[in-house]
Amino acid sequence: MDAVFLARLQFGLTAGFHFLFPPTTLGLSLIILLLETLYLRTKKDLYKDLSAYLVRILGIVFVMGVATGIVLEFAFGNNWAAYSRTVGDVFGAPLAAEAVFSFFLESVFLGVLVFGRNRVRPKTYRLSVFLVFFGAHLSGLWIIMANSWMQTPAGFHMESGRAVLDDFFRAAFNPSTAVRFVHTILGGWLTGALVAMAIAAWLMLKGRAADKAAALMKMSLAVFAVSAVLQLGTGHAHSVQVTRTQPEKMAAFEALWRTEDGAAFTVFGIPDEKNERTRLAVRIPKMLSLLVHFDPNGRVLGLDEFPKEDRPPVLLPFATYHAMILFGLVFIALAVAGVWLQARKKLGSSRGFLKLLLIAVPLPYLANEGGWIAAEVGRQPWAVYKVLRTSEAVSAVVPAGNVLFSLILFTAIYALIGAAGFAVILRTIRRGPGDETVKARQGAG
Amino acid sequence: MESATLLQNVWFLLIGVLLAGYSVLDGFDLGIGALFPFLARTEDEKRALAGAIGPVWDGNEVWLLAGGGALFAAFPMAYATVFSGFYLALMLVLFALVLRAVSLEFRVHDPARKKLWEAAFVGGSVLPALLFGVALGNVVGGVPLDARTEFAGTFFTLLRPLPLVFGVLGLCAFLLHGSAYAALKTEGPIRERARRAARLAAAATGVAFVVSFVSVWIYLPAAIRSVPAWIFSGLVGLSLALFLAALRKGKDGRALFFSSAVFLSLWGVVGAIQYPDLVRAKDPALSLTVANASSSPLTLKVMLIIALIGMPLVVGYTIFAYRVFKGKVRPGDAGY
Ligand code: HDD
Ligand code: HEM
Ligand code: HEM
Repeated sequence: MDAVFLARLQFGLTAGFHFLFPPTTLGLSLIILLLETLYLRTKKDLYKDLSAYLVRILGIVFVMGVATGIVLEFAFGNNWAAYSRTVGDVFGAPLAAEAVFSFFLESVFLGVLVFGRNRVRPKTYRLSVFLVFFGAHLSGLWIIMANSWMQTPAGFHMESGRAVLDDFFRAAFNPSTAVRFVHTILGGWLTGALVAMAIAAWLMLKGRAADKAAALMKMSLAVFAVSAVLQLGTGHAHSVQVTRTQPEKMAAFEALWRTEDGAAFTVFGIPDEKNERTRLAVRIPKMLSLLVHFDPNGRVLGLDEFPKEDRPPVLLPFATYHAMILFGLVFIALAVAGVWLQARKKLGSSRGFLKLLLIAVPLPYLANEGGWIAAEVGRQPWAVYKVLRTSEAVSAVVPAGNVLFSLILFTAIYALIGAAGFAVILRTIRRGPGDETVKARQGAG
Repeated sequence: MESATLLQNVWFLLIGVLLAGYSVLDGFDLGIGALFPFLARTEDEKRALAGAIGPVWDGNEVWLLAGGGALFAAFPMAYATVFSGFYLALMLVLFALVLRAVSLEFRVHDPARKKLWEAAFVGGSVLPALLFGVALGNVVGGVPLDARTEFAGTFFTLLRPLPLVFGVLGLCAFLLHGSAYAALKTEGPIRERARRAARLAAAATGVAFVVSFVSVWIYLPAAIRSVPAWIFSGLVGLSLALFLAALRKGKDGRALFFSSAVFLSLWGVVGAIQYPDLVRAKDPALSLTVANASSSPLTLKVMLIIALIGMPLVVGYTIFAYRVFKGKVRPGDAGY
C-alpha cells in the first residue's frame, strides 16, 4: 500500500466520519430555532421543553462534530503538504475565514444554549439559537467554497508551479459553489428533520408525551417535506452543472462509456471498467440527455473522449450517485405519505408508518456520504481539477508507515467515540422531553 | 535575503496574537484538565470543576483552529513544512484533542466508562500542554530542512534538549493559569487546593523559565543580543511576582490577569528571538521566513480584511459569553 492510497483513505475516513455530524447539526439547529420562535410567540411551555430536549441532543452531536473537525483542519498540512504549498495561496483563506467567522460564533453560543438557559432572558436565548444556526450554515458555506474550488477552480493563475489568487470572489463563488452549498444544506435539513420525526414517532409508539410528540412531528414533517421536494431540484441543477464543468465525472456517474446523442439514463447496472460496459443495465432511453440538456437528442460526452490517465473510477461514483438519487426519491415518498396521513389526522395512529420512520433514519446519512463519495471519487485523478493531480499532492516526507499507523489509531479512536456517542445520544433521547423545567426548579445540575 | 513587506510583518504579528490568545484562553482549561485529579476529589467537586470550563472550552479551542488556518492562508510553506515534518507528534496532539473534546460530555452520560473518559480528559489535556511547547522549541531552536525546505529529521529529532525544556516551561505555565482559573470559579476545598497548586506552579514556572533562558543562551547565542527579548523576559519575571502577590491577597481575578500576562510575555520573548524566521533551519540559508514563506500580497490583503471584520466581532461576543457565565459555578446551571 503506497502513501498516496493511505493518505486518501485517511482523508476519506476522517472527513466521512466528520460528516456524520454536521448535517444533523444543520437540521436540528433549524428545528430548534423554529421551536424557540414559537415559544416566544405563544409562551407555551411545550415548545420550550421540546427545544431543551433537542438542545441536549444537539450538544452531543455538536461535540462529536468538533472533535472530528479539528483533525480535518490540520489534515492538509499533515498528509497533503505538497497540496498546501501548491494551492495554499487560494485554498487557505476560506479555511481561516471559516474559523474566524463561523467556528467562534457557533461554539461560543452553543455554550450559552447548553449551559445558559437560566442565565439569559428568553429573547437573548432565542438570539443565541439563531447565532448557532447561522454560524453552522456559514461554516458550511466557507468549507463548501474551499471544496468547490477544488472541483471547479477559478479566480487564480499558475506562476512557477504555484496557484496565485487573482480574484477572491471568483475563487470563492466558483461555478459549483452555489449549487453545492444549497444541495448540501438541504441534505442537512433532511437529516435533522428525519431524526426529529423519528424521535417524535418513537414517543408516539411508546405513548409518551403525546402533545409534545405531535407538535414535534408536525413541525419536523413540514421541514422534511419542503426539503425533500427542493432537494430534487437542486440535485438536478447539480447534475447539469457537473455535466457542464466536469463532463468525465458525469460520464462516470452514469457509466456512459461512449459519447451519445440522446443518451439513456441507467437506472440500474453493474459497471465493468475493464471491458467498458455495464452488466444487467436497465435504461430509460434518451432520459439522460433530456435531464441534463432539456433536449432528448442532446449530446452527452462519454468516457471515451478522455485519455485513460484522466478518467475517474466508475464503479464507486456510479453506485453512490445512484444510491443518493434512490434515497432522494424515497424521501419524497415518505414526505407525501406523511403529509397525507397528517392531513387526515391519522399520523399518530399509523403504527406501521411510525415504525417506517424509525427504520429510515440511516438513509439520509447514507445519501450524504454517498453524495460526497460520488463528488470526491468522481473528481479523481485530480486533487484540484485539471490543476494538480492527487498523486502529486501528498506530503513527500511522510513515510507510508506513519500514515498507516495514524490511520489505524484514527479507526480505533473513531470506533470508540462513535459507539459511545451513539449510546449517549440514545440515552438522551430515551429520557424524553419535559423533565427539564422540573429539574431546573429543583436545582439539580 | 529578501526584505519583508509590511503585510508580511503584520501577519507575523497577527498569528502571534492568535496563538497568544489561544494560550491565554484555552490555556486555563488545558491546565484545569491536567490538574483535574488533584483539584477535584468528590463527584460534586468534579462536576463543579467541569462546569467551570463547560460553556467556554470549545470557543477557546477555536483560537487554535484560527491560528492554524491563518498560518495556512498567510504562510502556506511554513504550514506545510511543520505539519508534515512533525507528523507523528502532531497526530498525538490530534488524538489527544479528539478524545478530550468528547470526554467531559461522555464522563457524565456514559457512566459505565466514567474512569476511561476522565483519563481521556486528563491525558488529553497534559499531552497537548506539553507538546505545544516542544513544537515551538523546535521551530525556534531550528530543525534540519532539505533544499526543498522539507523537514529532514525524524520523530526523535524533535526531542532535543531545547524543545524539551520549552515543553516543560509550557506545561508549567498551563498549570499556573489553570489553577488560577479554578480558584476564581470555585469555592471551598477545591479553591484551597487550586491556590496551593498555583503557588507550586508559580515556583515551577520560574525555575523552568530560568532553565529555558540558559538553554537559549547555549543553543542560540545570537538571541541574547535581542533587546526586546530581554524586556519581555523581565516582564515574565515581573508578572510571576505580581501573580504571587495577588494570590497571597486572595485576589483570584487579579492572579488570573497576571498568569495571562506571563503567557503574553513569553510569546513576546519568542517573537523577539524568532523574527523574521517562521521555521528556523539548521542551515540559515534554508530557513522559512516571513519574506519567503508567505502567500501573495492579494491573499494577505484579503485575509487582513477578514481579520479586521471578524476579530472585533469575536472579541465582542466572547466578552458577552464570559459575562453570562461570570462568577462562581452555580449548581442550578444546566449541562454536565
Ligand atoms: C475542503 C476540502 C474538502 C472538503 C470540504 C471535503 N473533501 Fe473530500 N477530499 C479532499 C478535500 C475535501 C482532499 C484533501 O483533497 C482529498 C484527498 C485526496 C483528494 O483528491 O481529495 C479528498 C478525498 C476524499 C475521499 C477519497 C477520494 C479518493 O481519493 O478516491 C473521500 C471519500 C472524501 N474526500 C469524502 C469527503 C467527505 C465525506 C466530505 C464531507 C465533509 C469531504 N470529502 C469534504
Ligand atoms: C474537509 C473539510 C472540512 C474541514 C477541514 C472541517 C473542519 C471543521 C472543524 C475544525 C470543526 C470544529 C469547529 C469547532 O471547534 O467548533 C468543524 C465543525 C463543523 N463543520 Fe466541518 N469541516 C469540513 C467539512 C465540512 C462540511 C463539508 C460541512 C458542511 C456543509 C461542515 C460543517 C461543519 C459544521 C456545521 C460544524 C459544527 C460542528 C458540528 O456540526 O458538529 N464541515 N469542521
Ligand atoms: C434526488 C435526487 C438527487 C440528485 C439528482 C442529486 C445530485 C447530486 C450530484 C450531481 C452531486 C455531485 C456533485 C459533484 O460531483 O460535484 C451530488 C452530491 C451530493 N448530494 Fe445529491 N442529489 C440528489 C439527492 C440527494 C439527497 C436526498 C441528499 C441528502 C440527503 C444528497 C446529498 C448530497 C451530498 C451531501 C453531496 C456532496 C456535496 C456536493 O457535491 O454537493 N443528495 N448530488
